Amino acid sequence: MSAKARKKSPTATKVKKEKEVPEVKPEVELIPVYVMGKRYEVPEGLTLMKAMEYAGYKFIRGCGCREGTCGACGTVYRKPGNYKLQVALACQKTVEPDMHMAQIPFFPANRAQYEFAELTSAPEEVFKLYPELFRCVACNACTKACPQGIEVMDAISALKQGNIAEAARLSFECIQCGLCTSRCFGELAQYHMFQLARRIYGARILPRAEHLAEMIKAINEGEYDDILDELKHVKKDELQKLYQEREEEPVTAGEDWKPKDKTYL
Amino acid sequence: MSLAYYPGCTLKTKAKNLEEPAIASLEVLGFKLEEIDRWNCCGAVHSLADDDLIHQVAPVRNLIRAREQGKNELITLCSFCFNTLKRANLLVKANAEKRNTINSFMDEEINYSGGVKVVHLLEVLRDEIGWEALAQKVKLPLRDLKIAPYYGCTLLRPREVAIDSVENPIILHELLDALGATPVDFPESTRCCGSYQIISDPGTISAYAWNILSSALSHGAEALVLSCPLCDYDLSQGQKELVKRRDEFKGMPLFYFTQLLALALGLEPQVCHFELNYGNPESLLREKNLLP
Repeated sequence: MSAKARKKSPTATKVKKEKEVPEVKPEVELIPVYVMGKRYEVPEGLTLMKAMEYAGYKFIRGCGCREGTCGACGTVYRKPGNYKLQVALACQKTVEPDMHMAQIPFFPANRAQYEFAELTSAPEEVFKLYPELFRCVACNACTKACPQGIEVMDAISALKQGNIAEAARLSFECIQCGLCTSRCFGELAQYHMFQLARRIYGARILPRAEHLAEMIKAINEGEYDDILDELKHVKKDELQKLYQEREEEPVTAGEDWKPKDKTYL
Repeated sequence: MSLAYYPGCTLKTKAKNLEEPAIASLEVLGFKLEEIDRWNCCGAVHSLADDDLIHQVAPVRNLIRAREQGKNELITLCSFCFNTLKRANLLVKANAEKRNTINSFMDEEINYSGGVKVVHLLEVLRDEIGWEALAQKVKLPLRDLKIAPYYGCTLLRPREVAIDSVENPIILHELLDALGATPVDFPESTRCCGSYQIISDPGTISAYAWNILSSALSHGAEALVLSCPLCDYDLSQGQKELVKRRDEFKGMPLFYFTQLLALALGLEPQVCHFELNYGNPESLLREKNLLP
C-alpha cells in the first residue's frame, strides 16, 4: 500500500460506513470495564486480554500463549460490591460489567541459585535455598490467588513437612504466573520453590524407568543401526508410504500393547 | 480404636525418632494414630501479642481440619504443637470477638468455635490406657535404667493447658515406672531449655543445658527423657558445647518418651531411630542389656 493510499483509507472507510450503514448498531452489547482506573466500553464476551487490546493496549510482554498455559498474563480485578480481590489469566477470563482490572504480568521474586547436580532429595535442600518458607502463617492468600486452582498453601505445608513429592504433585499445574507470591504475607516465592520441588522430585525421587535404560543401552550398542541405515536409503515415495501406512498405537492402548509387525522389536 | 493425630512438621523431618516409635507402640496398645488430612504448621509458637490474630490462623486452621473431618479430639506428640494448638483453641473458645474475626478472615473454611479437644499422647497413655494396663503390656522392662523426666515448659505452662500439676508434675515419672525404669526426680525438671533463644542468642544455650543436665546428673540420672523436639535440639546443641568446655562433663543421652515406650513394649529397636539421638543412647541401653 502506498503512503498516499494509507492516508486516504480512514476517510474512505468513514464515507463508506456513512453511506451504507447510517446507524451503526453493534452486533454485541458493549459493557463498561475499567483498565487501570480508566473506563472503556468493550464488547461483552471478550477475554480480558482482548478487551484491553480493543481498548487500545498493545501487548509486547504480559502476553504469551493466549491459551492459559504460559502464565504470562496474570491479572487482578475487583467487581462492584465485593471487597475481595480476584485473579485470572487475562487470556482466559471474559469481561464482566464494571470490573476494575490491572495486569500483573511479572512479580519480582528471588529465585535461589543452585547447582542442581549437587542437590539431594533431602528436605533441608529446600529449607536452605528458601529459608523464608518458614515465614508462612497459613493465611491461605496464595491459594485464593491461584488462577490454576492449586492448593498452594497445602503445597507449602508439604515442603515444610519435608514432603517434596507431595509439593511436586500438588503444584504440578503451576504455570508460574506469580500471583501467589504477589499476595503472600510472609513474602515467600512459592512458584520458585515449587519448581525446585518438581525438579528434585523428577530427578531424585521418581523411580527410574528400567526399560528406558535398557533401550538406551541397546541403541548405544548399535542394535538399531541397521534398521536406521535401511530407512536412510529408502526413496522419498517409499518413505512416505511407509509413514502413512505405519501402525499407530491407539490412544487407549494398555501398557502391554504390541504392534502386529514385530520385525523391529 | 482410631485417634485423630496431628504430627507437626518437625516430626516429619528432624524428629522421626519421636513419631515412628509412637505409631508402632500405639498399634501394640490397640490404637491407630490416624493423621488428619491437609494439616499445616501449628504456628510454631503461641503469639502473646494482643493484636496479632494472624498468628492464630495456622493453629485454628488445623483444628478446623480436624472438625471438618469429623473429629472431636486431636492427638499431638510434639509438646510445642500441643501448646500452640491448645492455646489457640482456648482463645477461640473464650473470646467471641476474636473468634468472629478469625472465622471471617478464613471465609473459605467452616466456622469454628473451639469444639476440638487438643490432647497430648501422654494423656492418652495415662487416661485412656492407664499405667497398670500399660505395665502389663511391657515385654522388656527397662530395669536399672535411671532416667530423669524432663518436662520443659510447653506441657505445663500456662496453667490452663497443663497436662499435669504445674509445680509437681508426675506424668513422665509414672510412665517410667510403668515401663520398669527408675525415674530420677530432680529440681530442674520443669525449667526452660532456652527455647527459641537458640536462634537469637545461641551462645546462651549451653548455660541453660548445664543447669538442667548437671542437676539431673548430680541426682543420679543416666539419661533424660523428654517429649519436645525443641528441648531435644537445645539440650543436644548445648551439650556439644559443654563437652568441649567442661572436662568433667561427658554428655548425657536424651530419649523421647516414645522411644522408651516402644523399647519396653518389645518392638524392634530400629523403629526407635536411636541414630537420630544425641549422645549415643544405644551404648547405655546395651550396657543395661536392653539392646542386643
